[in-house]
Amino acid sequence: MSITRRIFTSTVAALALTAGTSGAMAQDDPVRIALLVKALGIGFFEAARDGAMEAAEELGNVEVIYTGPTDTTAEGQIEVINSLIAQGVDAIAISANDPDAVAPALRRAQQRGITVISWDSGVAEDARELHLAPSSDALIGNTIIKLAADHLPDGGQVAVLSATSTSTNQNTWIAEMNAVMGDYPGIEVVATVYGDDLADKSYREATGLMQTYPDLDAIIAPTSVGIVAAARAVEDAGKVGEVNVTGLGLPSEMASAIDSGASQSFAIWNPIDLGYSATVLAYNLATDAAEAGPGATIPMGRMGDLTLDDSGTGAMSDPFTYDASNIERFKDVF
Amino acid sequence: MNMLRSREAQLTLAIFALLALVAWRFPAFVAPGNLAAVFNDTSPLILLALGQTVVILTRCIDLSVAANLALTGMTAAIINVMFPGMPVPLIVAGAVVMGAALGAINGILVWKLTIPPIVVTLGTLTIFRGLVFVISDGQWINAHEMTDAFSALPRAEILGLPMLSWFAIAGFAAFVLLVRYTALGRSFYAVGGNPSAAVYAGISPGRTQFLAFVLSGAVAGLTGYLWVARYQVAYVDIAGGFELDVVAACVIGGISIAGGAGTILGALLGALFLGIVKNALPVVGISPFWQLAISGAAIVIAVIANGRAQRRAGRQILKRDGPKAEGAR
Repeated sequence: MSITRRIFTSTVAALALTAGTSGAMAQDDPVRIALLVKALGIGFFEAARDGAMEAAEELGNVEVIYTGPTDTTAEGQIEVINSLIAQGVDAIAISANDPDAVAPALRRAQQRGITVISWDSGVAEDARELHLAPSSDALIGNTIIKLAADHLPDGGQVAVLSATSTSTNQNTWIAEMNAVMGDYPGIEVVATVYGDDLADKSYREATGLMQTYPDLDAIIAPTSVGIVAAARAVEDAGKVGEVNVTGLGLPSEMASAIDSGASQSFAIWNPIDLGYSATVLAYNLATDAAEAGPGATIPMGRMGDLTLDDSGTGAMSDPFTYDASNIERFKDVF
Repeated sequence: MNMLRSREAQLTLAIFALLALVAWRFPAFVAPGNLAAVFNDTSPLILLALGQTVVILTRCIDLSVAANLALTGMTAAIINVMFPGMPVPLIVAGAVVMGAALGAINGILVWKLTIPPIVVTLGTLTIFRGLVFVISDGQWINAHEMTDAFSALPRAEILGLPMLSWFAIAGFAAFVLLVRYTALGRSFYAVGGNPSAAVYAGISPGRTQFLAFVLSGAVAGLTGYLWVARYQVAYVDIAGGFELDVVAACVIGGISIAGGAGTILGALLGALFLGIVKNALPVVGISPFWQLAISGAAIVIAVIANGRAQRRAGRQILKRDGPKAEGAR
């Protein structure tokens, strides 16, 4: 596996780099910013790429290199980071598959003078200058349980379908969600299961949840693969109306689940804004227009300013809720 | 003939023991409706294991099945989006032909260039996955873009079972007939059992291996359509790593990796065993952190049982005297 993955990732990285170079402006020395994602071919990150392109156009002197491994592994990302170091990019903005496994490679990049920031899914504090959280973790944790609770005025049983058991962001959100459970009396979290961001495993886990807990009222899936698979499992089990699937998903992927009623509502921050902000932040740091540090405020274009806390983390904005009233408008956007 | 000696009988017993164990923890699992659902969920694995079996019988291995599935499935989804009016049976036929063509690439490389199958299919695995990315541009094909007819076929019920299950049943019947009653089916065993002898019997090992790859590819293509239509989503990483499950199902089913030994029934039972383990783990309340370890342990135990049984099959022609003869081997 690892051999094929390596060959393929480096090919993809090379392709991405060539594509990036040929599209470069005639200007001298553009700032080369690599947007390194968890895996290629995930709708959320493709949308983030569009935002990064928008930022590049706005900033002018920027070349965005959109890259990542073909599956969500830290090993794959390390290969890509090494290739980016060899290419001598100016900045790397990473959404990490594992906070610690990629840290040594990122530190090596920093030693070579490359600006490193993390976004979406963070890395160890000393391996990046700042972390751009899509929203504050506390806000997301509260949002996902609120989405379920809003449709359960009399209380009920909910279960969580997560990605992998080591996913940094999913685990943080679930912890934050559990921290505010006191605000939702009558809502009981009966189980947390892991679908590993694979459609078939997530489907099976969701089916298992409905069997194990016949009175289950909602499945919260804070991951875009899981929420789609859970909605499909609810439809196939004929439990539309009994079990509400909610969590974090993309409008294009969730449109049919909203139509069928398997999902009442779900939330996501805007990935286009996220890719845009990450690119502008990386640009500002790479060109020394701004300095990262505790309490620092860094401009991120049309998204306002990012204020960092003591750990160098800043939140972009609140998650946005999608339901039957606005899904039509967004399903073709991302 | 001692019934309990056969791999299939042992495996059937193991499956019943497994079901009993799960039922003890979670009785609703063995309700007929749920068993049908488990069978349905296992159908893609069964189909791929059938194709893999004939490949392994000829002393080859096809690691590209899951990537073939992904490429064909993605192509079927894209065609459905671009030409919504195209009838579904045509798409299914197209998927089978495309899968067979991809399998033929493996077959040609193994046959004409005599490259080891594991290297060939490792290469095509990477190429196929890469092509999925190229043709889809990394984008997902989502449920609302697919036509209703496209995604309805695997779900359509006949006699209470979804079409997906019927495809697996029909595939099983077809493969049993193929390997038992056709010259091609027998030549799979002949080539795997003793290639030199097969040549003297007028069978071309290369051509037979080629046809095995084509068969495996065709089945993978069909499964590609079924997979995408069932989960109503097509993306680059669908069925990632599934080829290992397929090979595991075959090995558990008693198909000898050395070729020439094993039955289609064994492959079916091996796939069912894995399918039951996968479906049972989420409901029996075992910590998710243990699930992978348990899945893996089940495979290792089955393979150990395999190895022990196969050793017994070896025949000692010249017997030594004395009770120690057995250990001297």
